[in-house]
Amino acid sequence: MILTLKEVNHIADLARLNLTEEEKQKYQEQLSAILDYAASLQSLDTSGIAPTASVLSTSSALRPDVSGQSLPVEETLRNSASTTDNQFRVPPVFE
Amino acid sequence: MTQSLIDLSTTQMVSGLRAGTFSSRELVQAFLDRIDAVEPNVHAYLSLLPEQALAQADKADARLSDARAKSSSDDLPALLGLPIAVKDLLTVQGMRCTCGSKILENFVPPFTATSIQHLLDAGVIIVGKTNMDEFAMGSSTETSAYGPTSNPCDLSRVPGGSSGGSAAAVAAREVPVAIGSDTGGSVRQPASFCGLTGIKPTYGRVSRYGLIAYGSSLDTVGVLAHSAEDAALLFEQMAGADPKDATSVDVSVPSIKFDNRTDLKGLRVGVPAEYFIKGIQPEVEAAVRKAIQTLKDMGAEIIEVSLPHTSYALPVYYLIAPAEASANLARYDGIRFGPRSDAESMWGMFRETRGELFGPEVKRRIMLGTYALSAGYYDAYYGQAQKVRTLIKRDFDEAYQKVDVIACPVAPTTAFKQGEHSGDPLAMYLEDVFTLPTNLAGVPGLAFNVGFDSNSLPIGMQLMGPHFKEEVLFKTAHAYQQVTDWHKRFPAL
Repeated sequence: MILTLKEVNHIADLARLNLTEEEKQKYQEQLSAILDYAASLQSLDTSGIAPTASVLSTSSALRPDVSGQSLPVEETLRNSASTTDNQFRVPPVFE
Repeated sequence: MTQSLIDLSTTQMVSGLRAGTFSSRELVQAFLDRIDAVEPNVHAYLSLLPEQALAQADKADARLSDARAKSSSDDLPALLGLPIAVKDLLTVQGMRCTCGSKILENFVPPFTATSIQHLLDAGVIIVGKTNMDEFAMGSSTETSAYGPTSNPCDLSRVPGGSSGGSAAAVAAREVPVAIGSDTGGSVRQPASFCGLTGIKPTYGRVSRYGLIAYGSSLDTVGVLAHSAEDAALLFEQMAGADPKDATSVDVSVPSIKFDNRTDLKGLRVGVPAEYFIKGIQPEVEAAVRKAIQTLKDMGAEIIEVSLPHTSYALPVYYLIAPAEASANLARYDGIRFGPRSDAESMWGMFRETRGELFGPEVKRRIMLGTYALSAGYYDAYYGQAQKVRTLIKRDFDEAYQKVDVIACPVAPTTAFKQGEHSGDPLAMYLEDVFTLPTNLAGVPGLAFNVGFDSNSLPIGMQLMGPHFKEEVLFKTAHAYQQVTDWHKRFPAL
């Protein structure tokens, strides 16, 4: 298998995902199979080929740098599970 | 009267509303009655808004009759009074939007997607939001956190995905036309599985503002309808540059005029050998080849073309899309929307909320994408995939030097049984093998019904075109639909 269980733990940690032991084992197998399949790309010679930055040749649109109207604060907070004093409330950052 | 209204084409509905042949209330009510009758078996919708839809129908009727009294219908919005359904990943202000996920279970968006705003400005009435694979990650609508949708052609089978709810709603005639999104085939494959016409526009043609992001360099907003003419009606309204989406493009949107012409003389149709591979269901290949012959009989020139890097599209897509998804879905942390775990630390809250509320396919793709972007593996996986993407795009650029459109199957098979691919993600990913390349190249694709297999399941053909040439795809499919009637065969439900 391409991925070790230790690597699966590391990826889950980077992605901030709590996984059960069962999930870790399943993903170790499934991700290894997918990465094995993706290994066919390594055999392709891509020297001198630029990575795709955009599929369209037109350049990105830039708008004039002027401020516009944004959503009212109460609207942006409405979907949060916990707010206080017009701000999002979160548990302590330092464990 | 009520019974026959839902059988009309969308184009006929729009002109019938204009002429006063029937009212918007009658039309909306006819679809609500149909929803009452078949929705328990199909499960196409995640939310329905019957009262709101009827109230808007009454408003539309007042405007329509007022205009008729004054003989001034020219100023009326193009689609006034027409009911539609919207995939539950496009935001509509004040209308719950779950994206098929528990992590957005109670999300009520404070803004409306630009594509949908254009349609609302054109007078449409949204009757409901449709089911989908969670965060559009899937090819069967089975990864929805709210249960699967059934294919109206055979309730034991999947409708395709991820826009399976939109496809099933249109196929079951619970709505005349529906909006979907297509990141790797999510409009075209369900259109194929349900016997519909589905358009995936050029990347940047329709604003992505308000489309809940999956793979930002691949995501497009499309339409599912019974015919090319009906799909074009909505496509025209949605398309156009948007200051709120920096990747939307200011290219003029054609007002597509359809006629009864069936002459395709002068049209060059490319047929790529790489899309007729081993493993494809023989009935699918036979029906698609027959449809290509029909195009030839109509005057088109059939030319063999090669898209040599086609077989790399699947691994490229399944590195790039999850990589973009892992970044896009980092925003679901329990802070700004959705439920959150009551962990005592912030990091614990992130991990628990995401671990508990994302489904298995979403977690799998976040893991895959995080790995492809992580230190030490970036160049080998993501970087290499983006280079091969350039080669895939070049294949199309070169083919379009010789041909106007490319014809191929939409999917290797017809609709499969529910549960058939569960537990084998690679088998599921292979369903997208013929639709992914267009997303990687940003070119438009149109799927339409060209026959049925021995189980009476629809078979779809795909026409692909150069950037911004949707009009050629619509007109070619429309001409085909003038000489065939596959698109008029409704599932017996």
